[in-house]
Amino acid sequence: MALSPADVLAGLKEIVEEVAGVSASTIELDKNFTDDLEVDSLSMVEVVVAAEERFGVKIPDEAVTDLVTVGDAVNFIVNAAK
Amino acid sequence: MTRRVVVTGLGATTPLGADVDSTWAALIAGKSGVHLLTEEWRDLLPVHFAARVHTEPADQMERVEMRRLDRSEQFALVASREAWKDAGSPDVDKERLGVVIASGIGGVITLLDQYDNLKEKGARGVSPHTVPMLMPNGPAANVGLELQAKAGVHTPVSACASGAEAIGYALEMIRTNRADIIVSGGVEAAIHQLPMAGFAAMKALSTRNDAPERASRPYDRDRDGFVLGEGGGILILEEYEHAKARGAKIYCELVGQGLSSDGYHIAAPDPDGAGVQRAIKFALANANLSTKDIVHLNAHATSTPAGDVAEANALRLALGSDIDRVAVSATKSMTGHLLGGAGAIESVFIVKALQERLAPPTINIENLDPAVTVDVVRDKARALPAGQIAALNDSFGFGGHNVVLAFATL
Repeated sequence: MALSPADVLAGLKEIVEEVAGVSASTIELDKNFTDDLEVDSLSMVEVVVAAEERFGVKIPDEAVTDLVTVGDAVNFIVNAAK
Repeated sequence: MTRRVVVTGLGATTPLGADVDSTWAALIAGKSGVHLLTEEWRDLLPVHFAARVHTEPADQMERVEMRRLDRSEQFALVASREAWKDAGSPDVDKERLGVVIASGIGGVITLLDQYDNLKEKGARGVSPHTVPMLMPNGPAANVGLELQAKAGVHTPVSACASGAEAIGYALEMIRTNRADIIVSGGVEAAIHQLPMAGFAAMKALSTRNDAPERASRPYDRDRDGFVLGEGGGILILEEYEHAKARGAKIYCELVGQGLSSDGYHIAAPDPDGAGVQRAIKFALANANLSTKDIVHLNAHATSTPAGDVAEANALRLALGSDIDRVAVSATKSMTGHLLGGAGAIESVFIVKALQERLAPPTINIENLDPAVTVDVVRDKARALPAGQIAALNDSFGFGGHNVVLAFATL
């Protein structure tokens, strides 16, 4: 099922807020997970698993290293859902 | 020259209170922290009660922080933050700052919860925080990270002697000049159906389901086992000159420790108490104290039929007739048994007892067991003498571990 970038961003905001305690209002497409949002490597695993469940996509481990910013994740999930 | 070690901060989260002050007030008032469990699983067990912490960690820390921490780690951070603040948040060279915090069982609740996740959702459902949460050194490691301690972070494990052993280890770290300040103590979070079923299978737990608050009754003729408790205690230990130089509040001195092992049985106490006697003698010698200096003792006394008498006999044999001048308190009658946290909260109690010159009561003794021939402080707190005084804290663990800590007024 196709997903809109806006829906994916909204969903990711909720996930990152839950996992890392970052206020959803500060989570934007250009934010870096590690440097800006304090999502460390362990928390990133939580974000990925939660995103897979929520959006019904597979995010392979080898793809996760390329998900540097929130925008990278939104693009990946939108493409994976097509 | 010997480096002396003093106590400059205290922290606790216990079945009696959210911090040291509220815990101490309830302890002196003779309150019980034991209650019926509210979880449905209690009906699977022969024991329906335990001593949960008075205040949930959720009321003392942020949600996001909590979800990456096992309950034992949450207790460690809560108590360490209080202790560190109580010590005046000392400005110390991080390479001279250490952490020694024990746990008897580690993150057992995390282990079991994540096993449930594995069975339900498969490997992908297991949290990436599982291992840092279940490792027994997790409480020490998290406190070490928060304070950026770099002199060493350690976790001795010796069942119910763990908390006391951690404090003794910290004493040696400062004496041997590895550090100037150590955050030391012990925590436990094992109120869950599996560990409780295990202790119950050993017949170690009281089954007094009709009167939970009366169940922990060390030295009472009708005692029938211990009551599982949770929480933790933290002492900030500091080298004496270092504490003086920064104008720290000094509670008392940790003057020595004695360690031994029974070589007798994996769980039962040696009825002759030979190992306990040796640990007491070693502690006195290590502290350079005589039996006449001791005015108060916080006993291990868990409320098991065999353990309480074996310890009391060993105390009399080790201290001779001077035991008659010692006010013996069994505070597990109020807190339950915190396993790896026990020796730590009881050390907090000793430090407070020396400061306030007050020995806490032992509650629930309806008929003193005639086999117990020590002077038990019953029902009401008792004043301790003026002048320079010293006190001992006994802790013993499954496996035959014996740890005795000696504290003294400055």
